[in-house]
Amino acid sequence: MRERKVRLRPGEPRPSHAQRKALARLGTALHAFFGTIGHALLRALADLGGITLLAIEVAALAVRPPYRLRNLLAACDAVGVGSIFVVVLTGFFTGAVFGMQLAIAFRLFDAESLAGATVALALTRELSPVLTGLMVTGRAGSAIATELGSMRVTEQIDALATMAVDPRQFLLVPRVLAGLLTGPILCMLFNVIGLLGSYLVAVHLQGISEAQFWSRIQTWVDLADVFGGMIKAAIFGGMITLIACYKGYNASGGAKGVGEATTEAVVLSSVLILVSDYFLTALMVPWWD
Amino acid sequence: MIEVRGLRKSFGAHEVLKGIDLRCMPGTTTVILGGSGSGKSVLMKHMIGLLRPDAGQVIVDGQDISRLDGRELNAVRRKFGMVFQMAALFDSMTVFDNVAFPLREHRKDLSEAQIRRIVEEKLGLVGLRGVGEKFPAELSGGMRKRVGLARAVVLDPKIVLYDEPTTGLDPITTDNVDQMILDAKRALGVTSVVISHDIGSAFKVADQLAFLYEGRIVECAPPAEVRHSTHPQVREFLQMWFGRN
Repeated sequence: MRERKVRLRPGEPRPSHAQRKALARLGTALHAFFGTIGHALLRALADLGGITLLAIEVAALAVRPPYRLRNLLAACDAVGVGSIFVVVLTGFFTGAVFGMQLAIAFRLFDAESLAGATVALALTRELSPVLTGLMVTGRAGSAIATELGSMRVTEQIDALATMAVDPRQFLLVPRVLAGLLTGPILCMLFNVIGLLGSYLVAVHLQGISEAQFWSRIQTWVDLADVFGGMIKAAIFGGMITLIACYKGYNASGGAKGVGEATTEAVVLSSVLILVSDYFLTALMVPWWD
Repeated sequence: MIEVRGLRKSFGAHEVLKGIDLRCMPGTTTVILGGSGSGKSVLMKHMIGLLRPDAGQVIVDGQDISRLDGRELNAVRRKFGMVFQMAALFDSMTVFDNVAFPLREHRKDLSEAQIRRIVEEKLGLVGLRGVGEKFPAELSGGMRKRVGLARAVVLDPKIVLYDEPTTGLDPITTDNVDQMILDAKRALGVTSVVISHDIGSAFKVADQLAFLYEGRIVECAPPAEVRHSTHPQVREFLQMWFGRN
């Protein structure tokens, strides 16, 4: 960096060598700080643009033959069936702990009969789609990014192209469709298992009346709540697989590049699930009310 | 026939190809020689439309493939087979399914029994009969390359591209791969383009040698003529090999 001469006023003391050095260090640190932020911002914008373009390409390719049903079923198996165990496990314990906390808290106000309905509303509207999304990100999103990244760096994707097969249609379309299709199903599974967990804890361990538990759920939970959550889950499912496909498909730089692509896919998907959940909820609140 | 005219390609500020002119005649084998980083793979990727040039043309059987859209490009690619440096076999599929893949994609008229017969014939051509049920991870590097060749020629293409087919192989396997390239030309009459920095193999299989240096073809002639080239970089490259052998 070029040094600029500063003219001192008469009588003003010259800065010492140590002060000049400290100022130079501060300048370098600020330059690095804003440079890093700017670089990250530009990269995020480039990712957003790339993901949007890929979404448009995938949508266009999905309606154009050849339709690869076998690939779609294999992708549904990997994304959906492969995530069942982790969704059941997290669903059960999320419902159970929520049921326990609400039963204890609501008892303070003599409102423990509302515990079931509150758990059901929280599950259907928020917890099921968000936690299902996070679980699918960790399990299937990372697997997709790693698999496609490995295929990219070992030239398997180029090999597909040289055999006159569109790699996006062969590899990406089935995976994104699988995310869109299995997301709501996994979310529904999370709802059912979560409710079961909360029922077991709230009714059988905390002593809430079984009749009240179920009747309040019937009173307070509408189909709109369930469908709203499933719509969110479909959006999250499509988003997770799309981001994983984008990062894996564009991976470069050998094993290190594949690792970075996987990490970026998981981090970006997780953050976007939480951010977009707020906006989706804001859009759905009038419908739910 | 493949004809490359005035091909230029840059990645960022780095200009890799600086105006390539090359003609590969039907039924012949052209070997593109050059050191690491000279742009050989980039040139080959342009020949099959994996990269788009910044300027210039790549003409395959009279069609400029750099101007084609995805669907038209796929139609041209069906004339090609490509053998990748690391074979690029689909690791989730068996050897049989790898070789059968292009048939299942493009020859819907064939029954599964016919596909099996063709795949076994092609595996036999590369000396790998009986390995169909193995996965690529269970094969040696040389065997993987031979499966890659079987897959590349399974649709009987008019043109086969070989990306460094002998790199990293032992001398016996290298000789087998060279023989395989010669056999593919003789048996199938294909136009072959080989990129390599293995001069011994190049002189064995080439009808035409093109020497790529710093993004330009500095020599292009039959092997006997290239051996007496006066170009300093070509002489240096050849002396290192012939001095050693």
